[in-house]
Amino acid sequence: MKPKDGKTFSFGRAAVYLLLVLWGVIVLFPFYWMVLSSFKSYSSYNAEFVPRFIVTDPTLANYRDAFTAVPLARYFLNTLIFTAATTAIMLTVTVLAAFAFSRLEFRGKNAVFALFLSLMMIPGELVVITNFVTITDWNMRNTFWGLILPSVTSVFYIYLLKENFEQIPDELYKAAKIDGTSDLKYLLKVMLPICRPTVVTVTILKVIECWNSYVWPRLITDEQAYFLVSNGIQEIRENGFGRENIPAMMAAVVVISLPLVILFLVFRGKIMSGVMRGGTKG
Amino acid sequence: MKKQNLKAWLYLLPAAAFLAVFMIYPLIDVVVYSLEEGYNSASQSYFGVGLYNFSYVLRDPYFLQALKNTLILVVITVPVSTTLALLISLALHSVKALKSFFQTVYFLPYVTNTLAVGLVFMILFKKTAYSEGLVNLLIGFFGGPSVDFIDGPYWAKMLVMCIYTVWVVMPFKILILTGALASVNPEYYKAARVDGTPKARIFFRITLPLISPMIFYLVITGFIGAFKAYSDAVALFGVDLNAAGMNTIVGYVYDMLYGNSGGYPSYASAAALVLFAIVFTITCVNLLIRRKNVVN
Repeated sequence: MKPKDGKTFSFGRAAVYLLLVLWGVIVLFPFYWMVLSSFKSYSSYNAEFVPRFIVTDPTLANYRDAFTAVPLARYFLNTLIFTAATTAIMLTVTVLAAFAFSRLEFRGKNAVFALFLSLMMIPGELVVITNFVTITDWNMRNTFWGLILPSVTSVFYIYLLKENFEQIPDELYKAAKIDGTSDLKYLLKVMLPICRPTVVTVTILKVIECWNSYVWPRLITDEQAYFLVSNGIQEIRENGFGRENIPAMMAAVVVISLPLVILFLVFRGKIMSGVMRGGTKG
Repeated sequence: MKKQNLKAWLYLLPAAAFLAVFMIYPLIDVVVYSLEEGYNSASQSYFGVGLYNFSYVLRDPYFLQALKNTLILVVITVPVSTTLALLISLALHSVKALKSFFQTVYFLPYVTNTLAVGLVFMILFKKTAYSEGLVNLLIGFFGGPSVDFIDGPYWAKMLVMCIYTVWVVMPFKILILTGALASVNPEYYKAARVDGTPKARIFFRITLPLISPMIFYLVITGFIGAFKAYSDAVALFGVDLNAAGMNTIVGYVYDMLYGNSGGYPSYASAAALVLFAIVFTITCVNLLIRRKNVVN
């Protein structure tokens, strides 16, 4: 630190920290408010004309209501099944395609890859109309397959995995071939373990996407038995808890948000570097 | 190396099949739909082929309202969020203590469910029989009049929508910009300091030009993202966005497709293609400006 302009320096520094703290408060406040309200009883919440920033007699009644008055557990389970199945199938499909593009030689490889890449520019809004009709025609509305099938490929993840696979030296592949290792075995036993960081990143990003998906599930499900958490929240907002019980709604919101917040805190480095490499939102 | 045609196609088959059915075919089909006039989804028949669907959509007051809402949202949120993100990233870049703590906190909204947090925003801004809502109490504390931000005047609803949109898009922008700032070669700063260059000049002559590709990237993705706004609006104003007067273009497409006003895939397709044309044009214009300004 330079002493000659020490005074202005510390003033600037204070302003910088003020900005950082202020934005931190703006980011965290909605989370604080949802947790706070979820522990207030219905009567005390509505009795506070000026809401209080602390809760004096916390209650778990809202969490009980969230699981009994609306099928929150059902929404939760549906989302788990949807997320796990979509991510697993997506990984299989993209890893196989990335292997073909990175390791195998075939006629038209560059043309096919260029075609794949050009599909990255297609906005989902453009294809959702036909997909809706397709899934309806296949009688897959209100089924897990209807929810899952349209989102099990991602050109971007194929691209990401292919780039990573190509960094593995050819010598390993030749050595494996001499040992008589099959391609599939080489992919599973050698390539995937080496590229584990990328595979983990892709998995986490897909899990986040699945957990938060709203538009497609809304189009394809109208039976509550197949609602995912986003649709569940919307249903709760429109019809749940007599539309008035805000503390119970907040409890449901906390329950729905918690898994991703935990996932984020555990994998924050991976998630942030993964998004930096190719996430979009905003 | 010898060709492995058959084997390669076996590995590619799942991806190619899914892309063909759920990406390439729909892409052709959406154009076909948009040109079929008077399409009836019950009998799957239509009268003729032409541009009627487009002229219907472009004259539909609901579409024009959605277009207006989306344009206002884009024009306000893209500059505001990009500037704010740049300020915060610069602040973040200049400190050492608590840096990674702040970075983690700022990124949190990225992983949270838009619908769930939107509900919290709605409650903070909403007036109910019991309470004015926290935001109105705050306005009242500073002597302002209370406004119903969720069911009230248009500008108030638009304001909440913009605030929530900015809140949602900030994590991505801050992440990208702090990354860009960190990648600027420190030698430039050292040289500037030796020369005694003022801070403002360092920012405009060194930092800004070096991170300008990333800023343009954020502006382009910001435009695209804001034009596709939908779930934020649903989270704040409910599913019936036309009644609230807060529909967006994407919302209009889905309403035409499904729900109480749905069953018109032709109108939905025409509206989706109009949206795509707008986004495509703006992206191209952005890229042209970028080519002029960024790459030397």
